Amino acid sequence: MFKKLAISTALSLALIPAAVVAAGGGEQHIEDFDFSFEGPFGVYDQNQLQRGLHVYTDLCAACHGLKYVPLRTLADEGGPELPMDQVRAYAENIDVFDPELDDYRSATPVDHFPANDGVGAPDLSVMAKARAGFHGPYGLGINQMFKGMGGPEYIASILTGYTGHEKEEAGTTLYENTAFPGGWIAMQPPIEDESIDFMDGHANDLHHIAEDVSAFLMWTAEPKMMARKQVGFIGVLMLAILSVLLYLTNKRIWAPLKGKKIKQS
Amino acid sequence: MAGIPHDHYEPKTSGEKWLHSRLPIVGLLYDTIMIPTPKNLNWMWIWGIILTFCLALQIVTGIVLAMHYTPHVDLAFASIEHIMRDVNGGYMLRYLHANGGSLFFFAVYIHIFRGLYYGSYKAPREVTWIIGMLIYLAMMATGFLGYVLPWGQMSFWGATVITGLFGAIPFVGDALQTWLLGGPAVDNATLNRFFSLHYLLPFVIVGLVAVHIWAFHTTGNSNPSGVEVRRGSKEEAEKDTVPFWPYFVIKDLFALAVILAIFWAVVGFMPNYLGHPDNYIEANPMVTPIHIVPEWYYLPFYAILRAFTSEVWVVQIASFVTGGIVDAKFFGVIAMFGAIFVMALVPWLDTSSVRSGKYRPMFKWWFYLLVIDFIVLMWLGSMPAEEPYASYALIATAYWFGYFLIVLPLLGVLEKPDAPPATIEEDFDAHYGSDADASTPAE
Ligand code: HEC
Ligand code: HEM
Repeated sequence: MFKKLAISTALSLALIPAAVVAAGGGEQHIEDFDFSFEGPFGVYDQNQLQRGLHVYTDLCAACHGLKYVPLRTLADEGGPELPMDQVRAYAENIDVFDPELDDYRSATPVDHFPANDGVGAPDLSVMAKARAGFHGPYGLGINQMFKGMGGPEYIASILTGYTGHEKEEAGTTLYENTAFPGGWIAMQPPIEDESIDFMDGHANDLHHIAEDVSAFLMWTAEPKMMARKQVGFIGVLMLAILSVLLYLTNKRIWAPLKGKKIKQS
Repeated sequence: MAGIPHDHYEPKTSGEKWLHSRLPIVGLLYDTIMIPTPKNLNWMWIWGIILTFCLALQIVTGIVLAMHYTPHVDLAFASIEHIMRDVNGGYMLRYLHANGGSLFFFAVYIHIFRGLYYGSYKAPREVTWIIGMLIYLAMMATGFLGYVLPWGQMSFWGATVITGLFGAIPFVGDALQTWLLGGPAVDNATLNRFFSLHYLLPFVIVGLVAVHIWAFHTTGNSNPSGVEVRRGSKEEAEKDTVPFWPYFVIKDLFALAVILAIFWAVVGFMPNYLGHPDNYIEANPMVTPIHIVPEWYYLPFYAILRAFTSEVWVVQIASFVTGGIVDAKFFGVIAMFGAIFVMALVPWLDTSSVRSGKYRPMFKWWFYLLVIDFIVLMWLGSMPAEEPYASYALIATAYWFGYFLIVLPLLGVLEKPDAPPATIEEDFDAHYGSDADASTPAE
């Protein structure tokens, strides 16, 4: 056991320089997309989330899953806010395996998005929090306060980062990608210009489609972000007021002790 | 209880007398809350309240989290997502608990360095200091156990690496590690016992905190001047002290509110800032993360652990002398625990006759260097184990031990301290006298 551990530790240590080169060598490029939900007051753009759901359904769901996301939350406040009948209709188009029936049936809003690792693609439920696009300045990551940690930027950069080069390796095709660590990803470019026609007539070039689906994946990862920021704001405000009141109380209480000194001197 | 002379609780009504003669609990509470406190305490003395608050926060949020959390390798990660998505306010509970751990450690580090600067550890407060160190150790264990619960990649691999430290102990290591893990590797048995212990240890900390407070209420608080409260009579003591309530309760609450405002902003606006993105990837024993890093609060000691590779001459000597029993890994483990151990011994390593660093002209600079050293170690702990970081880590580690084992004992002999004020009253008046002269009288 200990040997195995030592080997894995040694291995991981040996791999670090490679990763650092990949991350710091200027090869991996994360573009700083401007999302509406950045910063303490940023909010999700409901239309964008709906477009993103559309993109996900048409272009990503074939390979990826969202197994932690309940379908009903599509109707939740602070999300895509689909009307409930649309959520029901959306669910009906999805087949889920029901262990009680021991068979597939069409989904209902209480089911989750299906899991899908058929082609070895990772689940995307919390992908936007599992990757950090930004680490600066000086690796301190302080810019998270205003930009988030760069997860959706990372995803959008992956989707737009293909150079067009391919190579075969051990039977799989790898695609060169400027955002992926190591530079070669096993996912074929899922989006191109005009892959999709949006119902709201929104721009459908690669860049915009990538942006929309990334915003949607930020929502799947952090569905309560709007509520959280609101609680954050109210809390900070109340605590700030409380601080002022306590400051004044404290000053008042101590004044006689500190004031006495003046009369003496 | 020995201590500073002051007024005690007098039961007045017959009901109060009845209870007091059977269980003097009101008296105990009264004495605790009205304890005479040196009136010159500065803002570095607020961290105790912050720490007490953190402990309460972690226990309250933790108990509610535990109602929804499932300690099973197949369900733990999903149960966290359930908390984040479905439980009412669950996202706040979890983010408060995860960031609350960070606030707890932030506060304890300032609290410890406060003690080191003002010599709070010196006689007669050694027992308070030692209990504080035990609390710190228990916190480290609790935080580590808790970090395993969400069962992400860092949870799993952090647990693997840290329990591996016990595996480095000669002869019994392997058996000990297997016993700790409940099996040959980190698995369901490990997750279950870690959950159980993560629930238990905070209550051990509550007990330790009670004894910690009991101890310094017996000796009285230390204070920035390092001069003891006069205890000849109640009148004399009252010149040096004020009762804890309301003077310091309000002051501490004010500080708490300010710090909580900042804390709340972090939780509300960037709750994952201090976390590692990899912990949003479910644990996978088949995939080792490229870079295993512990939580920020362990980084200084992680740097010390990794500083000793087999190329370092002290390690080679140790290995040679012990016939290979002490290898680089075990040496690192000893160094890491040793770094905390020397800190625990500081009451006996500091030979100076003056308590407070304020009056120690040479000590001050060595102390500031120690603070910088600690921050540098923290940075190095987050860096890959390669040059030049490895050499820096060795130098920084050397200074850590050097400060406690060489600098402090020698300074007591070499340094000529300034004269501290004769009394706390004098210190207080000197400070507020000159200030108050210039400013307008308080209303
Ligand atoms: C043809 C199948 C397929 C489709 C369609 C597909 N992906 Fe992927 N995706 C993969 C595979 C396979 C991987 C694993 C790549 C690897 O690890 O090299 C992957 C990985 C990813 C990753 C993780 C990259 C990382 O850092 O590990 C993201 C993000 C991603 N896909 C997003 C998307 C999005 C968004 C869409 C829809 C616009 C999409 N994918 C469509 C197959 C697909
Ligand atoms: C000394 C006090 C405590 C500290 C420092 C502490 C620290 C932590 C940390 C760092 C985590 C990981 C958070 C994350 O990254 O997600 C965690 C998780 C957890 N803790 Fe605690 N904890 C404390 C007390 C408690 C108590 C008293 C309970 C009650 C049972 C508890 C229950 C839990 C549960 C259920 C989790 C898993 C949920 C989660 O990860 O958010 N904790 N704790």
